[in-house]
Amino acid sequence: MAKDERIINIEHLSKSFGDKKVLDDINLYVRRGEFLTLLGPSGCGKTTLLRMIAGFLQPDEGVITLDGRDIAGLPPHMRPLNTVFQRYALFPHLDVYDNIAFGLKLKKTPEEEIDKRVRRVLKLVAMSDYEDRDVETLSGGQQQRIAIARAIVNQPKVLLLDEPLAALDLKMRKDMQIELKEMHKKLGITFIYVTHDQEEALTLSDTIVVINEGKIQQIGSPIDIYNEPVNAFVADFIGESNILKGRMMHDRRVAFIKHEFDCVDEGFGEDVPVDVVVRPEDIYFTTDPAKCQFTAKVNSCTFKGVHYEMWVDTDTGYELMIQDYDPYPVGSEVMLYIDPDDIQVMKKERTANNYPAKVTGEGKVEFLDTEFECKTEGFAEGDEVTATIRFEKVDLLDHEEGADLTGNVVFILYMGNHYHLTVKTETGENIWVDTNDIWDKGDFVGIKILPQDIKLSKPAAGNE
Amino acid sequence: MSKRSSWALPYFIFLVLFVVLPLVLIVIYAFQDNSGHFTLGNIAKFFSDGDSLSTFALSIEVAIENTLLCILIGYPAAWILANKNLNRSAVTVVLFILPMWINALMRTLATAELFNMAGIPLGKGTLLFGMCYDYLPFMIYPIYNVLNKMDKSYAEAAQDLGATPGEVFRKVTLPLSMPGVVSGVMMVFMPTVSTFAISEFLTNNKIKLFGTIIQENINNSMWNYGAALALIMLVIIGITTFFQGNDTEEATNGGII
Repeated sequence: MAKDERIINIEHLSKSFGDKKVLDDINLYVRRGEFLTLLGPSGCGKTTLLRMIAGFLQPDEGVITLDGRDIAGLPPHMRPLNTVFQRYALFPHLDVYDNIAFGLKLKKTPEEEIDKRVRRVLKLVAMSDYEDRDVETLSGGQQQRIAIARAIVNQPKVLLLDEPLAALDLKMRKDMQIELKEMHKKLGITFIYVTHDQEEALTLSDTIVVINEGKIQQIGSPIDIYNEPVNAFVADFIGESNILKGRMMHDRRVAFIKHEFDCVDEGFGEDVPVDVVVRPEDIYFTTDPAKCQFTAKVNSCTFKGVHYEMWVDTDTGYELMIQDYDPYPVGSEVMLYIDPDDIQVMKKERTANNYPAKVTGEGKVEFLDTEFECKTEGFAEGDEVTATIRFEKVDLLDHEEGADLTGNVVFILYMGNHYHLTVKTETGENIWVDTNDIWDKGDFVGIKILPQDIKLSKPAAGNE
Repeated sequence: MSKRSSWALPYFIFLVLFVVLPLVLIVIYAFQDNSGHFTLGNIAKFFSDGDSLSTFALSIEVAIENTLLCILIGYPAAWILANKNLNRSAVTVVLFILPMWINALMRTLATAELFNMAGIPLGKGTLLFGMCYDYLPFMIYPIYNVLNKMDKSYAEAAQDLGATPGEVFRKVTLPLSMPGVVSGVMMVFMPTVSTFAISEFLTNNKIKLFGTIIQENINNSMWNYGAALALIMLVIIGITTFFQGNDTEEATNGGII
């Protein structure tokens, strides 16, 4: 791709607030004229990234270039970008016309020119008769249109939109989505759009950037992101999915839910643990025993408007979600199959908890800022080692007493027959836990690790 | 009367006894002569008495000067207090409000004593100093409140649309903080017109303000003329604030750009 097709280029961008790293080594480019969405859960850093592009925040490290020019030192009022704010931020002391004309008047644009342009954008956002209205008398959707008009009247090179539809009700949001898409086509301006709503992102974008915990998880078209999520987080965040532990037997053959399936993925190696994603609409019912790959019992069936959502228990004890146009009665035995194309195999990010640790004495080791007891045979005091704890060996308690350390549940993934939790400790480290107990996101938990479950090893190069 | 609204009864009685009744008494006294007959003489006396009129004019003048002084000092102070980059602690805000916890009379006496010790002659300068010192917190606080609660996204939106920091202040922050300035003016201007203690202590009664004459008349048992002066003051202040209120409202609504 030609370099000048990129209007914004972001390299190695990092930002911390105090001790908390909100953005970590962000690399990203935006193509001229595209609709790019920064998508992630709240607190993932997407708004911080947008505010850095707008100039309200300075990066700690890294470069942002606009049309090949570094804009780091440029204050917001000198950047050829405009923002549509989450709460619109329309000036309450000015009427609709003066709000829209604000930027043009600052640039000392001639009166007739201002008039022409204001009327043109008012027409574009379908608010032609509202120019004399007080902004506070407008409805949320109308204020939204004026906020967009106020930004695009300045003909910015890039329009930044910070969750612009979040305050609107569902029906209004759907209508505005269509209008935004139309506007983007008509104007030909590059849009950078921030949202936590995955459906909105899929509907609007040319490119989606999925962000979590300050890191880019995946960049791609909506179809790529939906069909080929690179990790369990993306698969879980975008749409509904069955995320399962699997094992790559060899190329194009994967085992999960204790069955083997043909798939289309290659290059993982032989007998390698992987994560598998199957979308609920990609599990098919069949009456043909030759096609059947596994059987299950329907556990629940709910009508969702277009389709039915069913939970089934497989013959091997896993729970799967299936969406189908036809309902199957609860309690009935069904035969199921999955097309090789519809199995998305993902590299496992980790297979166990690994922490850099230090032997602090006979039978004692320190990691995660906490001292643990464990076998230290073969190691001397002061040795730098790696402590490994299997996911299922971490115990979570609902109280602090007897716990080695405490933390909060930040992410929950259902893996068909158990939950895979991410627990953030007080010091900001992650512990991954496999459990059958039900926890909620945000739960405060005590973490207990038994001495025999901590395995020490010499730190391998590059092993975290 | 419903059960809920009966809770308002004590306040209603309070209002009648201590606000409405005194006002009615002022009106009755103002239109009576010494022997209790109806007369317009008291009102006429004020408008034909050059001294009273000039004192009244001086009072308004001093009040306007004091109010302007309070805005000039108070607005920047409030702005600095509300600015998170310049002031991170709520303690500074409390320090500005702290003088209000001490009786105004005591502060005024202490100020007068300081001037005496420093050998500064008492006069209009010391009067304005004392008034400004007394009333400044009443100007700072409402402005600070408005600035502090103002959504920062307004300033950011203005910046985003190309406004320099100076333009952001002139075109957005200042107009949006006008309600705070208006209530500050109300809380400073009206009390200064009727004050008498400050002028008495800080000018040794060299400068007489309208409040002083009312107080002197009442002290000398000239209840009827005193009441008439009080009524005139109330009416005139009432009229000016009415006009002032309309003006500022217009100023905040339009006319900014």
